[in-house]
Amino acid sequence: MGDYVLLAIGCIFVNNILLMQYLGNCPFLGVSKKMETAMGMGMSVVFVLVLAGAITWMLNHFLLKPFGFEFLRTISFILVIAALVQFVEMFLKKSIPALYAGLGIFLPLITTNCAVMGVCLINIKEDYSFVQTLVASFSYAAGFGLALILFAGIRERIILARVPKPLQDTSIGLVSAGMLSLAFFAFKGMV
Amino acid sequence: MAKSVVQEFTKGLWNEIPPFRLVLGLCPSLAVTKTVENGIGMGVAVTFVLVCSNMLISLLRSIIPKQVRIACFIVVIATFVTVVELLMQAFTYPLFLQLGIFIPLIVVNCILLGRAEAFAAKNGIIPSFADGLGMGIGYTLSLTALAAIREILGSGTFYNIPVFGPSFKPFAFMVQAPGAFICLGLMLCIMNMLSRK
Repeated sequence: MGDYVLLAIGCIFVNNILLMQYLGNCPFLGVSKKMETAMGMGMSVVFVLVLAGAITWMLNHFLLKPFGFEFLRTISFILVIAALVQFVEMFLKKSIPALYAGLGIFLPLITTNCAVMGVCLINIKEDYSFVQTLVASFSYAAGFGLALILFAGIRERIILARVPKPLQDTSIGLVSAGMLSLAFFAFKGMV
Repeated sequence: MAKSVVQEFTKGLWNEIPPFRLVLGLCPSLAVTKTVENGIGMGVAVTFVLVCSNMLISLLRSIIPKQVRIACFIVVIATFVTVVELLMQAFTYPLFLQLGIFIPLIVVNCILLGRAEAFAAKNGIIPSFADGLGMGIGYTLSLTALAAIREILGSGTFYNIPVFGPSFKPFAFMVQAPGAFICLGLMLCIMNMLSRK
């Protein structure tokens, strides 16, 4: 049990997917201008990432590995993720409309979110067991959501500040992301 | 005609240079630019995939049904990424190890899907080729520039050759994550200043 807690802390803080592993930066800068959109994106990523992590793990261990099709990993993973996102979208629309209304527009964007694909590949590369994969996927996604929400808070403040013209928008966004990343450095050596 | 092809090529080099003007494909540009060697390797890999997928998508654009075009584009892109992955594993193994999961992650690089959707799906094969090549070279140049700054300041070398004397203390901040974000942010700021004139 302790191992899983350590793994979770490591994935959320020490190896934060956005700020330490540089994955998922496009939505990070794209949807972090408002707190609500950041929350929606974070929730959708948690939802999809856990499912995607579980399914790609099974795909890799039951299909690709036994038959020696590992060179097809990239292509099969991206198809699985794309299909999964599509399926989740349809499912939510039918059965949980309230959640769909909240997540709706962010779901299609997740297909090209490199954090999802990246975490699936990391799980395979680190040779995690099935339970470890679930814990790691959830924690990486939680870390993604945490960073996104923190960053949205910073960005809402930046709008009110007087920023020099050339630095506006993405530029100042990147610089403040750097500062946030620096803050996350404090977690290094915790696990 | 000839002039427009040249224009498609050159727009990728300054006017729409990724990842600065089109803020797409940021993740690999931050992650692999610790050294110039990695930056160039990543840029060349992306250029190859971009040119090939742009050409193939442009050829297939009348066959692909509109409703499933995104899925088709992803399959085409993923095929070429697999080709690059296997080629790099065979011929440039140390670089393959250095870039790690960022080679398969070229699939989800928004530049590729973005160009396929915005350009190759609407234009003929020759303009698509020019567009892909221009964007690819622009991307390689930006990665190289970013990598050069980070490597020179962060480890005091350029392409693994020491630039400063032995008394230089590396500014290790630059090769780590925060340095990457701040460096890219400041480069974007400089680009904005230059093009405002």
